[in-house]
Amino acid sequence: MLLAIFTISLMAGLFGLILGYASIRFKVEGNPVVDQIDALLPQTQCGQCTYAGCRPYAEAIANGEAPINQCPPGGQATIVALADLLDTEVLELNAEHGEHLEVPMVAVIDEQTCIGCTLCIQACPVDAILGAAKHMHTVIADECTGCKLCLPPCPVDCIDMVPEQQTIDDWKWSNPLDQLELVQDA
Amino acid sequence: MPRLFHFHGGLHLDGHKAESLTRDLRQASLPGQLILPLRQHIGDYNKPVVEVGNRVLKGEVVASNASLICAAVHAPTSGTVSAIGNYPVPHPSGQQDICIVIDVDGEDEAARADIIDPRNLDPEELIQRIRRAGIVGLGGAAFPTSPKLSRGKMHGVDTLIINGVECEPYITCDDMLMRHYAAEVIRGSGFLQQILGPQTTLIAIEDNKPEAIAAMQQALTDHPLPDTEIIAIPTIYPSGGEKQLIQILTGKEVPHGQLAFDIGLLCQNVGTCVAITRALEQDQPLISRIVTCTGDNIEQPGNWEVRLGTPISHLIEQAGGYKNAADPYLVMGGPMMGFALSGDSLPIVKASNCIMVMHEETIPHAPGYHDECIRCSKCTEVCPAQLLPQQLYWHARAKAYDRTQDFHLFDCIECGCCSAVCPSQIPLVQYYRAAKSEIRAAQKAHFKSDRARARFEFREKRLLLRKQQDEERRRLKREALKKKQAESGDGEQVADPVQAALERVRERKKAAQEETL
Repeated sequence: MLLAIFTISLMAGLFGLILGYASIRFKVEGNPVVDQIDALLPQTQCGQCTYAGCRPYAEAIANGEAPINQCPPGGQATIVALADLLDTEVLELNAEHGEHLEVPMVAVIDEQTCIGCTLCIQACPVDAILGAAKHMHTVIADECTGCKLCLPPCPVDCIDMVPEQQTIDDWKWSNPLDQLELVQDA
Repeated sequence: MPRLFHFHGGLHLDGHKAESLTRDLRQASLPGQLILPLRQHIGDYNKPVVEVGNRVLKGEVVASNASLICAAVHAPTSGTVSAIGNYPVPHPSGQQDICIVIDVDGEDEAARADIIDPRNLDPEELIQRIRRAGIVGLGGAAFPTSPKLSRGKMHGVDTLIINGVECEPYITCDDMLMRHYAAEVIRGSGFLQQILGPQTTLIAIEDNKPEAIAAMQQALTDHPLPDTEIIAIPTIYPSGGEKQLIQILTGKEVPHGQLAFDIGLLCQNVGTCVAITRALEQDQPLISRIVTCTGDNIEQPGNWEVRLGTPISHLIEQAGGYKNAADPYLVMGGPMMGFALSGDSLPIVKASNCIMVMHEETIPHAPGYHDECIRCSKCTEVCPAQLLPQQLYWHARAKAYDRTQDFHLFDCIECGCCSAVCPSQIPLVQYYRAAKSEIRAAQKAHFKSDRARARFEFREKRLLLRKQQDEERRRLKREALKKKQAESGDGEQVADPVQAALERVRERKKAAQEETL
């Protein structure tokens, strides 16, 4: 009886030590779930989800503070991917945060009106605006994520959002299934 | 003659080649206007180097780009640039793209050619001259030839394959080309040998083209090339596909995700060889090509040598016009891999090997309805890429695109064999193309979001660094001030710097007031 208690206690102590060592030796830095969520978000850094960028939103989702349907640029595809990753229910996009646009927008500065105040440069989360004080600014269209954060600071209202230019390369072959459904509906 | 191998599957199709071979090759007349799309190849866009109103001579560059994966566009004849803008181009989307429009003056005045004996040039210079001539693969894919040759040279090429197979029904432009320009094909192959230094050169022609084979044999006897052989291969579709032809000739398979030169091979179309010969011997850029105009709705099917940019309607006029103008259905390419055109105002481009003119009513129309898959597995039997078309179909239909990639969707060459044999008439290739487009779009979006993340994180880091630097500077300043106070010993004299500053301002104001008084 005593021997059994002693043996079990010894084993428990030994395994406790091994586990304790392993938790220090193999400690995972950061939260890997946050990285996985962040990889699925569209990285527009627009803040429409009410968080200051995609990563903070990813952290909020990982901590269970925010639902997965607050990202309008990502749209339904992102919600489905997040639900798949987190094994939760697929939600509808929350309309309070904005609507999903099929063709992404890019900012364009009307260079005639720009006074070179640099306020938009400071607002741009991805450094996609080029310019200097009292010199004309311009948007690097390829880097613009269409977050609209440069619109409010502009004192002369010279920034417009326009749909991203679609070239022949952006064209997609249509899925025969979509046409099939149309016929069945009719 | 070496041993030939088989590839998996394939189809024996009705050739329909006799229609366009009854008439000899003809030169198409110059149209009134030429429409030149800025991009007639796979790769980066050209930028126009002419302006509206400029007069251009035949062979002058009108658009180019410094990018390597690019082929310049040249003026096919002399004339005046009348517009640069968006016009419909031959593309499956039916969309518009940027084109240069040249009003032809009919003089056909050529720019001065800079002719150097190409036999004295080293491979690099030859590739440069091919690049300058704007040559692309004329078999249909239109990939720029110079980067292909550069990469082939870098990897080393044991076997050079000249592709004169032309396996798709209705198309006869390469057959015609070999009958008329066999000597130029052979000389072009010689230049490719000079560039790549292969151990063997195989010229493959399908055995349904006896006249072309005879002409090529004669040309090879007249200008012998070292270690070169003309091989007649059995007629089976799609033996002209690069990977299938490699398998027939060498028994090797190009591994998944790799290209022919990764296993020491390089293929060039016979038309490309002629273009190379003309570029190197006469400094003539790629400004024309042979086009087959055929089908059951054209008066006189045949082959024409056409200047690039010629509207298809002009070519159809040369061929006697439509039999029934009420319902023409135009296809660029052949019946298996071609795509429908939106009208006859579109121009002939570098990739236009064939214009099929059909009756609208005889075309089995793109979907709307098809039966369900009955799992007969005929598609698997004919697939030359040895894929599982049925599995691909289920996953593409369910829009499970990652699963389609597990079944090697991107190894599909879109030859259309599976669709052709499907008893339920499922447009299988259409499903695969749609899946490929979606995957490519997702990859593009992913690439963009990765860039945005990197830029965002870098900016955060920069802002944090600046904040830390500012704090550090302020801290140093504060410390310096404290030190100063401690040194002066007397705390009272510099008791309140704000007060002192206010005092100074007040005094200055007072002085100013007195002055004005």
